[in-house]
Amino acid sequence: MVESGKEYSREVVIVNELGLHARSAAKIAKLAQNAKSTIWMMEKSEKVDASSIIDILTLACPKGSKITLTIDSQSDVDILNDIVSLIERGFEE
Amino acid sequence: MFDRNTGEKRLYGINASPGISIGKAYIVDKEGVDVVEKYLIREKQLKKEVNRFKSAVKKAKDELNAIIEDTPEDLRRHATILETQRALLKDKMIYGKTIEIIENEHVNADWALKKAVSRVKSMFQKLPDSYLRERAADIGYASDRILRNLVGAKQVNIGEIYKRVILVANDLSPAETSQIQLEKIKAFVTNQGSKASHTAIVARTLEIPAVLGLEDATSVIQNDDVIVVDGSTGMVVIHPGEETLIDFAERKIRYNDQKAALTRRSHFPAETSDGIRLQVMGNIELPEEVVSVLAHGGDGIGLYRTEFQYLSRTDFPSEDELFDKYMDVVEVMAPKPVTIRTLDINGDKAISNTSGSDEPNPALGLRGIRYCLTKPEVFITQLRAILRAAAFGNVRIMFPMISTLDEILEAKKVFNETADSLNKEGISFNKDIDIGIMIEVPSAVVMADLMAKEVDFFSIGTNDLIQYSLAIDRENSKVANLFQPLNPAIIRMVKHVTDVARDNNVKIFMCGEMAGYPIHMPILLGMGINELSMNPQSIPAVKTMIRSLSFEDSKLFIKDVLKKTSAKDILDLLQDSYGDILPDKYITG
Repeated sequence: MVESGKEYSREVVIVNELGLHARSAAKIAKLAQNAKSTIWMMEKSEKVDASSIIDILTLACPKGSKITLTIDSQSDVDILNDIVSLIERGFEE
Repeated sequence: MFDRNTGEKRLYGINASPGISIGKAYIVDKEGVDVVEKYLIREKQLKKEVNRFKSAVKKAKDELNAIIEDTPEDLRRHATILETQRALLKDKMIYGKTIEIIENEHVNADWALKKAVSRVKSMFQKLPDSYLRERAADIGYASDRILRNLVGAKQVNIGEIYKRVILVANDLSPAETSQIQLEKIKAFVTNQGSKASHTAIVARTLEIPAVLGLEDATSVIQNDDVIVVDGSTGMVVIHPGEETLIDFAERKIRYNDQKAALTRRSHFPAETSDGIRLQVMGNIELPEEVVSVLAHGGDGIGLYRTEFQYLSRTDFPSEDELFDKYMDVVEVMAPKPVTIRTLDINGDKAISNTSGSDEPNPALGLRGIRYCLTKPEVFITQLRAILRAAAFGNVRIMFPMISTLDEILEAKKVFNETADSLNKEGISFNKDIDIGIMIEVPSAVVMADLMAKEVDFFSIGTNDLIQYSLAIDRENSKVANLFQPLNPAIIRMVKHVTDVARDNNVKIFMCGEMAGYPIHMPILLGMGINELSMNPQSIPAVKTMIRSLSFEDSKLFIKDVLKKTSAKDILDLLQDSYGDILPDKYITG
């Protein structure tokens, strides 16, 4: 399950007060649904599909959680960056 | 209880709002289409079944789009919840999984959806975070919408009830109650809730009977069943026989007659036989309710809750907006007093535009004065509006959730600074008003002697005081029966605060639910409480009760009360001593 190449994976910390709740998960999923292949989200040992709100919610990430996002296909790198930036901006809440 | 002869079935719950209603049930049940049949689909038909599912999802999405479009600007927060639900419809864990189950297991779409959803729900129920656990409910709403389209059931939209019905629901959130066309509702029946829950308060305000906490009402009662709701005793009769119907129709007439008789006398003062006069005031939330307080003979407003102006919006109300709302009440009531409680945000009424509202335990969190002191700009805006309105009538200000002396000092400091700045700006205001605090946290009871030096009045908020002292969540029907105003611990706390107030020349009021029941009057009168504030509808019965009591007798009665060791013993003592003069058992709650 380990990705090859640094550019395929990015780490980000959840900064918004509520953590990954339904509304923020919906925003991530919306972006991830445009990807050609799967965008994965990992927290500790859990790995989920970022295009599914439900999957994201099951990670149960509070504020301060460290998340790793990885992509299977380099063509999704823009979407990956968009998601990272969305999380860094605290979902504009 | 099922009666074989008549086909009647009786359910017993919490008598949350008095009165009798007979009518047809209207079920608002989020799990109303829970009975899902399972059948096998032949290979050839699989594609058709998948398409049936897809079009049900599409229909659900269209419905949500329409609702979102119809949602007015000021309810945008509600719309984001709906947007999340819309996104969930197409989530692969539901959408993809259901199609996968149809194709792999050759089962019908309804069953496949139910299977996919229950797997997701159980995943959520294992999560450590209660906020996320509750999101299982959102998934439930989304999937129920699809399911209803699959089975062709009519969409439940509580905004569109077209006949007068008895509303039967699992529970009603404040958001849902605000959607209901209340004039269409004859009574409320719910699985959850208690006397102090939001639905109960709404029901009593509107004088609609309510029986709550029945646990399985939505599964036992069917749509369009004829039911009798007796909100006075907490009973619901399903399929009433002819005799029962006649009996309750007569009781209903009797109840209404008695209520009318009480109301006629409600404008006389609440003066005891030995000449002690109590002020009997009304609790309000909306300026419009002032009319009801006056109509029921209220001597003023003992609690003006100000949270409403902060709900269902994305920005904070302006000073002028608040000033207008306070003026509406102050001017109409003048010269009678209006007690304005500063913003008391709590669990189910959390403000929508602050990200900090999602606390794991809001009842013990940043609410009331704690919130206001951390948000000076919000607090000052409200204080300015109150100080300005005070120039036009008889205003008192009351700080909620006080748990330390420092909070009082700090709040008063902000109050004085606000008055100074109004003064500098040349705006007319009045700062010579009574300042008081809510006594609702046990630490304030213990510290009452020191706090008394800093305020003009205490107002005992029994709902929260009971909740915090007895560690009872009043919304939890499993423990709601332990939410006892007459618990000896509560009686002693009220007595202590009252004694301290008298010794320090501080006025002592009560504005919790406890103040609204005639049966409590001998105790509250005997302790020497000056002023009681309650739902406007309770004022006539409370006044009538006070008029039939003597202050000196009640003082002696307290001695017997303090010897009792349980809430039940105290209630028995009250009933033995005063049962025969209670205005009517149906009105006493």
